[in-house]
Amino acid sequence: MTPAVEIHNLTKTYAGGAEALKGIDLTIEPGDFFALLGPNGAGKSTTIGVLCSLVNKTSGVVKVFGHDLDQERNWVKMQIGIVPQEFNFNQFEPVEEVVINQGGFYGLTRKKARERSDHLLKQLGLWEKRKAMSRQLSGGMKRRLMIARALVHEPRLLILDEPTAGVDIELRRGMWQFLTEINAAGTTIILTTHYLEEAEQLCRNIAIINEGRIIENTNMRRLLDTVAQETFVLYCDAPVASLPILPALDARLTESDVIEVVLSKDQSLSEVFDVLRGHGIEVKRMKNKNNRLEELFLKLVQNSTERTA
Amino acid sequence: MNPQKELPISGEFPPSSGGMTGRQMFNAFLMLTVREVLRFGRIWVQTILPPMIMTSLYFVVFGHLIGPRVGEIDGVPYINYLVPGLILMSVITQSYANVVSSFYGAKFARHVEELLVSPMPHWLIILGYLAGGVARGLSVGAAVTVVALFFADLQVYDVLALLLVALLTSILFSLGGMINAIYASSFDHISIVPTFVLTPLTYLGGVFYSIHMLPPFWQQVSLFNPILYIINGFRYAMLGISDVPVYTTYLILVVTIVILFAYTLRLFRKGIGMRG
Repeated sequence: MTPAVEIHNLTKTYAGGAEALKGIDLTIEPGDFFALLGPNGAGKSTTIGVLCSLVNKTSGVVKVFGHDLDQERNWVKMQIGIVPQEFNFNQFEPVEEVVINQGGFYGLTRKKARERSDHLLKQLGLWEKRKAMSRQLSGGMKRRLMIARALVHEPRLLILDEPTAGVDIELRRGMWQFLTEINAAGTTIILTTHYLEEAEQLCRNIAIINEGRIIENTNMRRLLDTVAQETFVLYCDAPVASLPILPALDARLTESDVIEVVLSKDQSLSEVFDVLRGHGIEVKRMKNKNNRLEELFLKLVQNSTERTA
Repeated sequence: MNPQKELPISGEFPPSSGGMTGRQMFNAFLMLTVREVLRFGRIWVQTILPPMIMTSLYFVVFGHLIGPRVGEIDGVPYINYLVPGLILMSVITQSYANVVSSFYGAKFARHVEELLVSPMPHWLIILGYLAGGVARGLSVGAAVTVVALFFADLQVYDVLALLLVALLTSILFSLGGMINAIYASSFDHISIVPTFVLTPLTYLGGVFYSIHMLPPFWQQVSLFNPILYIINGFRYAMLGISDVPVYTTYLILVVTIVILFAYTLRLFRKGIGMRG
């Protein structure tokens, strides 16, 4: 099957000499929900900018659904919908006009663009605000407006650059559900986000970019399986005077009734509970100290930075 | 949020198709043009009204108060002599102002990206903005003509030439506004050219006088001002008189439009001021 996105040896050097991309190779299969992660300034937005024709690449080959960006740029543009990081719509236009105009720029008649705009604004909970000036929307609504605008021409590839930044948790979950449905209907999605939980929940494949290079590109599950250790925070039902010596367990008391325990892949939580119960300590509730992906991400980025230093 | 299965994948554009079809390009052009026209229409108090008031003042001061002392120029009463220049001055400034402010505003607020990510060819984006500039230039030109009816006896010597010169002039200065907006990186930059280049060249381009009234040296200097030829072409279309051969008006307009359009297209292709 023709990949949705194929990138070979992509480089980008900005006018001031800053090398944003140092030879990126990336393949994204059609129908994938793909996470592109990296610290600030790693090259995520530049990569997306090149894909969307907002950034001129220095060298390399970019293909979308088998069509070369340099040879068939306008065809490629037809296939892509972009939700950028910054609000980039005309704040002085009514909400529905923002979506309808964009439909027109992709060749839709005003009537067709309005039909699709109505449909999307209803789906994204913006119908009541359709006549309002777009600058009057809340941050979360503005994000949803950009999603509606990106979908009005029914793209096969949707690129979301931090789509849930500044969105409250309830809305964020609603957007996750919406995006999952869009993806299930066949749209390939590329997501960049700083909420690693979001990437873990939504994406099947992942690439991590650091200092202009891809340092990891794999299946999300496979990546998470490589997590060697996890830290759990255990909340006890009563204060613990002092933590007993727990052989083979890396545990410490962080508060009078809170224990942090680091478990390797071959250790189970029930063993920990049994050991603690044997010392008269009952665990009331627990949580992961960090998101698993977050731990991995930090480790990979740190290793990569140390290697290049 | 209520996702529904019918939302849809690429029904409109089959994967094997090329860029936009002719029909799609027409839809896109129409959408951009309407957006541009609505933009200046919504703020008509800032866009249409001021040039009408300004022209009324010119007619009162130069036409009625000073005009009778000037008498006639080339056999035409001074107030009538003023009319073509004042109309065309409005066309020039308004078509330029429309595109420079609209396109720079789109760059500044980054919604120019809506166009840059779309499959609209660059020439079509340029045409859309030009259509907006032409619409404003000609609308204001028409409004100023209506104002002129209250002060002067309007004459039209060659209606076709009148429309053609007005149209070509608005295209030319819309292109000028576009290039200015592409290079501009601050709001100061979009006022420098109109203030320090366009206004002096227009005022010294024969709006208020015939160059035959100048000393010989300044007559020769004036011939280097391209706006002189444009204003005289328009004056010829209205009054049948001109300081310069009329064919030079069309020559300058057409050649400059072709050069500036090609240059604007090149700026778009390179992404100057628009893409990283």
